[in-house]
Amino acid sequence: MMATRARRRFISALAGLAAAPLLPGRQARGQEADVFASLMRQVTGGAGVAPGRVKVDTPRLADNGHSVPLSVRVDSPMTPADHVRSITLLSERNPRPVMATFYLGPKSGRAQVTTRVRLNGSQRVRAVAQLSDGSWWSGDAEVEVTESACLDAS
Amino acid sequence: MLARVQLPPAAKRGEVIEVRITIQHPMETGFRYELGGKPIPKNVINRLVARYNGAEIFSAEMGSGIAANPYLSFFTVADASGEFLFEWVDDEGNRGEEHATLTVVA
Repeated sequence: MMATRARRRFISALAGLAAAPLLPGRQARGQEADVFASLMRQVTGGAGVAPGRVKVDTPRLADNGHSVPLSVRVDSPMTPADHVRSITLLSERNPRPVMATFYLGPKSGRAQVTTRVRLNGSQRVRAVAQLSDGSWWSGDAEVEVTESACLDAS
Repeated sequence: MLARVQLPPAAKRGEVIEVRITIQHPMETGFRYELGGKPIPKNVINRLVARYNGAEIFSAEMGSGIAANPYLSFFTVADASGEFLFEWVDDEGNRGEEHATLTVVA
């Protein structure tokens, strides 16, 4: 009887061990989603953001995070009636997650901005664009950073 | 502050042209330390405005997430010959500006 109970305890402990490594990963994912959600609320002032119309281009793999080329293009005719007002770049893992905001207008002709960003490790970056009708759209890119930007003492 | 603006040498009226600028600036994050352990204060170009014949065509608000020697590329419609003026300011209040001229042919 005792032996069976001990074995059951042992087995349930094993099951706990097997499940344990999954939990931090799942929690981290949830936190990351929240990072963008709260950042977007901050940027839009609470307005809803729809995924789409925004394309973020980065290299899939960056040797280091000090200078990662990043290009954002928004699908827009760029006319006085229908154009992009602003594009904000958000980072999932940077200590200051709002990297930049660019303001465009109908005279831009094409809604595309390219720059180089600092990234504190592998992450998703998101661009959030506001159109002239007030709607918000977003697009993501996933970057694998081999050596993160030196944000600590170095 | 040194800067370099790149424009096409000439453009047709109505053509969408690419405007590029690079500014020499450390874009200090504020997260780094000197050898003695003293923190280096944050100092980034936080605002840049581009004007084309006096009218604002592009502006940027930047933070420490933009790499050192910031590079920006954007587009504009070439509607008349004239001057592009870029002005920027960093956290220490240092201002910089750079000009470039564009020739538009009919």
